[in-house]
Amino acid sequence: MKQTTERIPVHNMKMSRADKRFTVILFIIMFLVCAVIVYPLYYVLVASLTDPVVVNSGKMLFYPEKIYLKGYATTLAYQPLWTSYKNTIVYTFVGTVIALICTIPAGYALSRRDLPGRRGLIFVFTFTMFFSGGIIPLYLTIKSLGIYNSIWAMVLPVAVSAYNLIVCRSFFESSVPDELLEAAKVDGCSDFHFFFRIAIPISTTIIAVMALFYATAMWNQFFNALMFLQDDSKMPLQVILRNLVLMNQADQMGSSGDAMVTKQKLAEQLKYCIVVVAAAPLMAVYPFIQKYFAKGVTIGAVKG
Amino acid sequence: MKAANGQMAVSRELRAEFRRKNLKKVLRSWQLYVLLIPALIWAVVFAYYPMYGLIIAFKDYKIRLGILGSPWANPWNKYFTQFFSTSTAVNTIKNTLVISLESIVFAFPIPVIFALLLNQIQNLKARKTIQTISYAPYFMSNVVVVSIITVFFSATGVINHIHTTLSGGSPILFTSLPRWFRTLYIGSNIWQTMGFNAVIYIAALTSISPDYYEAAKIDGATKWQMVRYIDIPMIMPTVILMLILQIGNIMNVGYEKAYLMQNGSNTIVSELISTYVYKVGLQTAQYSFATAVGLFNSLVNFIILIIANEIAKKLSDISIF
Repeated sequence: MKQTTERIPVHNMKMSRADKRFTVILFIIMFLVCAVIVYPLYYVLVASLTDPVVVNSGKMLFYPEKIYLKGYATTLAYQPLWTSYKNTIVYTFVGTVIALICTIPAGYALSRRDLPGRRGLIFVFTFTMFFSGGIIPLYLTIKSLGIYNSIWAMVLPVAVSAYNLIVCRSFFESSVPDELLEAAKVDGCSDFHFFFRIAIPISTTIIAVMALFYATAMWNQFFNALMFLQDDSKMPLQVILRNLVLMNQADQMGSSGDAMVTKQKLAEQLKYCIVVVAAAPLMAVYPFIQKYFAKGVTIGAVKG
Repeated sequence: MKAANGQMAVSRELRAEFRRKNLKKVLRSWQLYVLLIPALIWAVVFAYYPMYGLIIAFKDYKIRLGILGSPWANPWNKYFTQFFSTSTAVNTIKNTLVISLESIVFAFPIPVIFALLLNQIQNLKARKTIQTISYAPYFMSNVVVVSIITVFFSATGVINHIHTTLSGGSPILFTSLPRWFRTLYIGSNIWQTMGFNAVIYIAALTSISPDYYEAAKIDGATKWQMVRYIDIPMIMPTVILMLILQIGNIMNVGYEKAYLMQNGSNTIVSELISTYVYKVGLQTAQYSFATAVGLFNSLVNFIILIIANEIAKKLSDISIF
């Protein structure tokens, strides 16, 4: 009791002038940082709704000054975009499920201090973080497995990330108490039983974190698609996005009936619309999942 | 003599006993090994088998003959000498190192500073909001980020509008001028990863015991002094660890983004070893040559990592291995 009464004055101590100035500057800096982070994203959203003539003037936009929706109409009607969208959803879903099946059980097994050969096994995985065969041998492996140009070439090479595996192991190490295992063992519980019935149910957080990490990585995969896929019909969203926006193929999107001027006007706006459509799902779920994200990174930081 | 023999016999027996016990332990843990199977299969097929495939760097690889069937290159280092005899070698190595070192100098400290500043914000809600905003860009794919760069920095884009209004000059072609490539690359990297990289430091900062601050306050320390003498020393181990990791990846620049930002006019600075490997390897199918270049890259990278790790271990007892 005495302690708390002693501490109160410390907390309520009047801020010194230097400290006050410090706080004001701090908030200004933070405001600027947030503005720099948010504005480009916000600008793309606004530009996707604004008349391209206004956008092309280059002035800073804070709201759609002259609404022009033809871009979205064309984007939504563009079939290849939706095919790639569907592909990305399938790759992300299948890929995340496989990644979880690989990572969660292995992360648990590696967290068990009584696993014979544990150190060596951990090294087998961490080594892959620092040294790899590189893209050509991987490409040849994929070719020789016969999975080139198939969904498996998109999901299997990225099914395990050593970093995620270590995060997962650290989580199990710190959140499944040894006493629980001891007690279960006394009751004759097998390792399988313990993992599926006890460890998994108390570890939903790590499953969410892992699902999030892997799903984001799968959703954003671009280079592997470029290397391991061939058919246009199998390409994920990111590749189509790049073709349309960075390789300036957006002008092919409008219907042939449009006049040249409309087409050109459209091509500019389409870029913004496509970026919005591609980034929207992640941004929409972001507020709900971001806390898991921070949690995952924090777990990983506890034990590198 | 006899006693020594006896001892050896005993120790042999002990060892045998130890082995038996170990074997028993292994057998008893079989279910744990089963849980490891999927990940181990992945490691063998997608990490270690490709490492074995690296030997084609020393062979004249032909798809039809396979890895084993292809003849050895003559001389064994043919493809390495081929690489080093080109001007591309010097250029790509230089580009890779410069962009990495500039990233370490300019981008690495930013998340540390951001974490220290954020930690000063007492209002929990404001703090959470800022943090949430800060790592949103991390979710963006490289394609989306490069797309945003392209429209933002285009001749008719916002940045050029500001530039021309302020200076009265003509627009700068940021995305195609070589001298702007690294600025855009590193700048957008900071934008993408600052918040995410800061999470680790923020976690380290929140784990500092409040007693330190109380004691400092009683001694009349200003906020700045608390940052200087409490926060910074306390997160130093984490900072060093992250620095080793970053140095250990010095040759592994994010080639996806560099590739996306490349265009005909900036390859003089934007061609990295990794993008070059992709081009000669997959676009022109010179498998052995590209593998040799890639192997050179990975080896140098690995050696630098080991050195960084050893130095950190000596200086501060912090290491990743």
